[in-house]
Amino acid sequence: MSPRAAEHVEHTATGRMVFDVGSQHPSTHGLLRLAIETDGEEIVSAEACLGFLHRGIEKLGEHRRYHQLPTLMDRGDYLSGIHGELASALAVERLRGIEVPPKAHWLRSLLGEINRIASHMAWYGTFGRDAGVTSHFFYSMRDREALLDILEAVTGQRMTFNYVRPGGVIADLTVVAESKIRRFLRTFDAHLDEHQTFLGGNELLQKRLRGVGVIDRDSAMSLGLTGANLRASGVPYDVRRDRPYAAYSELEFGIPIGTTGDAMDRYLVRIEEMRQAARIVRQCIEGLPEGAVMAKLPKALRPREGETYACVESPRGELGVHLVADGSETPRRFHYRAPSLFAIAALEQMLPGTLLADAALLVGSVDIVPGEVER
Amino acid sequence: MSGLIWGAIYGLAAGMVISLAAFIGVWGERKIAGRIQLRYGPQELGPFGLLQTGADTLKLLLKEDITPAAVDVRIFRVAPLIVFAPAAMSLAVIPYAYGFAPIDTGVGVLFFVAVPAISVVGVLLAGWSSRNTYATLGGLRAAAQMISYELPRTLSVLPVVLLAGSMRPLDIMDAWQWWWIPLTFIGFIVYFIASLAEINRVPFDLPEAEAELVAGPFADYSGIRWAIFAMAEYGGLVAASLFGAAVFFGGYLGVPGALGVIVFVLKALVIALLMLWVSWTFPRMRPDQLMATAWKVLTPMALIQLVLVGAVISWL
Repeated sequence: MSPRAAEHVEHTATGRMVFDVGSQHPSTHGLLRLAIETDGEEIVSAEACLGFLHRGIEKLGEHRRYHQLPTLMDRGDYLSGIHGELASALAVERLRGIEVPPKAHWLRSLLGEINRIASHMAWYGTFGRDAGVTSHFFYSMRDREALLDILEAVTGQRMTFNYVRPGGVIADLTVVAESKIRRFLRTFDAHLDEHQTFLGGNELLQKRLRGVGVIDRDSAMSLGLTGANLRASGVPYDVRRDRPYAAYSELEFGIPIGTTGDAMDRYLVRIEEMRQAARIVRQCIEGLPEGAVMAKLPKALRPREGETYACVESPRGELGVHLVADGSETPRRFHYRAPSLFAIAALEQMLPGTLLADAALLVGSVDIVPGEVER
Repeated sequence: MSGLIWGAIYGLAAGMVISLAAFIGVWGERKIAGRIQLRYGPQELGPFGLLQTGADTLKLLLKEDITPAAVDVRIFRVAPLIVFAPAAMSLAVIPYAYGFAPIDTGVGVLFFVAVPAISVVGVLLAGWSSRNTYATLGGLRAAAQMISYELPRTLSVLPVVLLAGSMRPLDIMDAWQWWWIPLTFIGFIVYFIASLAEINRVPFDLPEAEAELVAGPFADYSGIRWAIFAMAEYGGLVAASLFGAAVFFGGYLGVPGALGVIVFVLKALVIALLMLWVSWTFPRMRPDQLMATAWKVLTPMALIQLVLVGAVISWL
């Protein structure tokens, strides 16, 4: 008999319920299954069951030429394709020793930041759905739509861009795309304020987020968290600043950090990141250098034997690619570090002790993309 | 015998009123929600999309009425009716026009606040008989929530009863004075919030919380039975706004005949609109916050209102 039942109640037992949240569920952000055991409303244990989105990206990578790796990376974290492409391209460039033209560097930063805002907008929209707000989703999609429109104008695609390749990027910025970016920048800060009053400024939401799902500084670091989840816990680690790539060493931007590491901090950090990303986009569009966007490269790249690790700051954290080359046209081993995987580990740690009502909210607050976790 | 006939006529009329209200209400709600959400809402079917609800109703009627294998069949089937009937019944005591309430009873106010509580049983049964973890928890949440909000809701209408000196809705209408509006305003706020909880609207839609419980007690229902649940919620919304308009804002204001009904319905529409506005823009509460709001905020507020009105009456 469980300890919850009163002593004189002899033949009544209070049982625990097991909720299989997912794999098909309104708020699992892709195909994630959480086996949640509850005592009434309170979560006793939670286990993330992975494997519904496994497509064998890493194994496929061993049978693709180096040029083709970005195409695979697009399908990993499908909300921020540019960052995945960039990580794999950086790794190949480092292995082969390719000099990338300066304009390509700047375009990589520009598109990366636009993609970051688009990705955060998708998170923002679904996060509110987890909290039970319906309407603000449409406002976030309005902004995301403008961003996807820009990405489409530059790369030709809305999600799997195939834009960043080893040696540079495939296309220059067109006049149409540039005017679209400028139009977006004119309204975005005001839109962000509007979002803030709609969702973040709502006292009911603040009450739900404050003090929930706290990850302190030490456990955040020992869990291997990166990105906004780590910064919300007060660690100012940002790959863009600490291991600069693309054009970030020449760009100015702030790194928002939180103090308590609760869900509210993670929310605020992401909102501020969008503002900073817009600032970077503005700098990129003003300071874009002239010149080629792609280095001259042979059809088949054959890096000499060796291995390397290259990482970028994706919207979800440090996205790294580990490449082992054996001198042939294809890599011997292709592995990537998906920040969402570590976020899921943190999620399993923060769920027990909270209420079931917060489960969906916490899944939303760590911003995971199962496609990246399961490759 | 005549009572039975009158009851049958009334039952039919209430069903039609709720259906009509749901018909127009769903359309209106979707239009309003559309405006809030940068959309247009229904606009293809009929003028301004007015027939959209009809098409949806037809779809729900024609859909297969699925009874999952594991459910407790009899309870599962009857639960929607247990939820719907009280919503229809509570419409009976509302004073619609000068000197007319379908059932003119001396305990009308008590009837109105007490009868909707019966629908809790239906929701609980629906959740329990579904044999589904989401539904069970949703049903339990609904029970806890409705019972908690019953108290502040009842207390919130008491000041008006005190002022009028009667529980008979028609007497309240006769005695109604304009200065009751500022005097009972706290009561109205409590009534408004508690009614939102009573009819399971955001921010109090915990029983069917989509984010974690999918649809709560209604998760296993489909077709017409699901539609009956939705109608019951609409009936609750209609009844709550009509009753609020009557007791807190003077209903038909002494205007006789059809004009009075129009005044009354307009007032109720404003209240309904406020409810929709809140429910389309607010996040959901957490269960513990929900309970705390009922017991630590609304109930004291309602009691303060009661004392305030009592003091004013003794001073008069």
